[in-house]
Amino acid sequence: MVELGKYAGVVLAAYGVSLLLLAGLVGLTLWQGARTRRALDAQERRMAQDG
Amino acid sequence: MSIWEYANPKRFMQTSGHVLPWVSGLAVLSLATGLVWGFFFTPEDYKQGSTVKIIYLHVPAAMLAINIWAMMLVTSLVWLIRRHHVSALAAKAAAPIGLTMTLIALFTGAIWGQPMWGTWWAWDPRLTAFLILFLFYLGYLALWEAIDNPDTAADLTAVLCLVGSVFAVLSRYAVNFWNQGLHQGATLSLDKEENIADVFYIPLLISIAGFVLGFVALLLLRTRTEIRARRLKALQARERMA
Amino acid sequence: MIALLIRDLRLAMRAGGGFGLGLAFFLIVTVLVPFGVGPEGTLLARVAPGVLWLGALLACLLSLDRIFALDHEDGSLDLLATAPVPLEGVVAVKACAHWLTTGLPLTLAAPALGLLLNLPGPGYGWLTLSLAAGTPALSVIGAFGAALTVGLKRGGLLLSLLVLPLYVPTLIFGAEVARRGAEGLATATPFLLLAGISAGTLALLPFAAAAAIRINLR
Repeated sequence: MVELGKYAGVVLAAYGVSLLLLAGLVGLTLWQGARTRRALDAQERRMAQDG
Repeated sequence: MSIWEYANPKRFMQTSGHVLPWVSGLAVLSLATGLVWGFFFTPEDYKQGSTVKIIYLHVPAAMLAINIWAMMLVTSLVWLIRRHHVSALAAKAAAPIGLTMTLIALFTGAIWGQPMWGTWWAWDPRLTAFLILFLFYLGYLALWEAIDNPDTAADLTAVLCLVGSVFAVLSRYAVNFWNQGLHQGATLSLDKEENIADVFYIPLLISIAGFVLGFVALLLLRTRTEIRARRLKALQARERMA
Repeated sequence: MIALLIRDLRLAMRAGGGFGLGLAFFLIVTVLVPFGVGPEGTLLARVAPGVLWLGALLACLLSLDRIFALDHEDGSLDLLATAPVPLEGVVAVKACAHWLTTGLPLTLAAPALGLLLNLPGPGYGWLTLSLAAGTPALSVIGAFGAALTVGLKRGGLLLSLLVLPLYVPTLIFGAEVARRGAEGLATATPFLLLAGISAGTLALLPFAAAAAIRINLR
């Protein structure tokens, strides 16, 4: 483990918050993407069946 | 072959589908390299101690926060002038990323400021300008959410983006006038004197590259989602008509 | 266009909304401030210019959605859009009417409210002058925000969210003029910048607002 000295808490907090925010954004993007893709696939299949 | 060919949603979907895995892979790679290098293998600054490591998050996020707004300005203009839907959707897709970047810059700055300046928040021009930028992103996103008709929403948000840009620049200079700065000058500039030392410089550059690539990957992903959502809406409308 | 101005003024008077309400709001905010920060005279004197500017700004915000909303509801906005008068001119006239019914009364009332907040002697002139120069910008920026949200059912809250960040430069320079005036410092630079903002927004924003209305009426 790298030696962070007396500012360890500060540095870790900064990295923690940032990575959390980034992970949240990526997660949200992927989730929205998957949901939209599923809905679109379902819609296209239904419309193909109906003719 | 011109850039306008990508204005065709189908064309955009094809190409972005091919490019996306590469960009995402590169983004993860360079982001991991930059941050791991910065976090584990850089020395401490003689004044700031280990808090200097926060720079690998703070500076790229702040750069992107501003440049994403600039990108939204360009795509909004393209939408208003040439009516390419992909362009409007790209602006919409970029806004949440810009919002997140602004938040990261503000948070890391506050966390860094606590031990260094002795305060979480100071009404310093740069900090204040970022807070205002955050409000602009919020308003922009809120306007997108509020309007049902997608074309009207795209038009109005584009107009807001144009006017907002002017006022954002104006606010930047107004707050400069209003209070003296605590914030240090440019981290990266062509002026060598002002620049940071090489040991910090190279991992920072890699980290910036990682952030930019990550933005591109997320932007492509989100724009694809927006295009799919638009198609879904169109199909549903057609079904109702039938 | 003058007919339109007179019509708008008369409507504002008759409805009793914008005219008295903004002033009353301004008064209440000013009265509430000492309850919040304490009755100490020196402290009040220090915050007075900023508080008065902020109060005027919020009072201005209160009546913004009336600029276009009523005309949109009864359809007269569609008529105005197809009228021979350019829509940009209509926007400018409506912003002007808004200023006459809110900005101007606020400006005139501000010195009286300054008394309540123990505003230092030289501040009165500069406060009035800065409000007179700054409130037109508030009205025009507000008209732009109102144009963006005109088609929305509950646009009021969104309107504030959109307009408040745009108010930042005006507020900064306006309050700076009043503050410096109250402390007896040189006020020329912020005052010129404030007047510049007013002139600039007055010249450019009617075009953006008219574009927004056209999009909304499409």
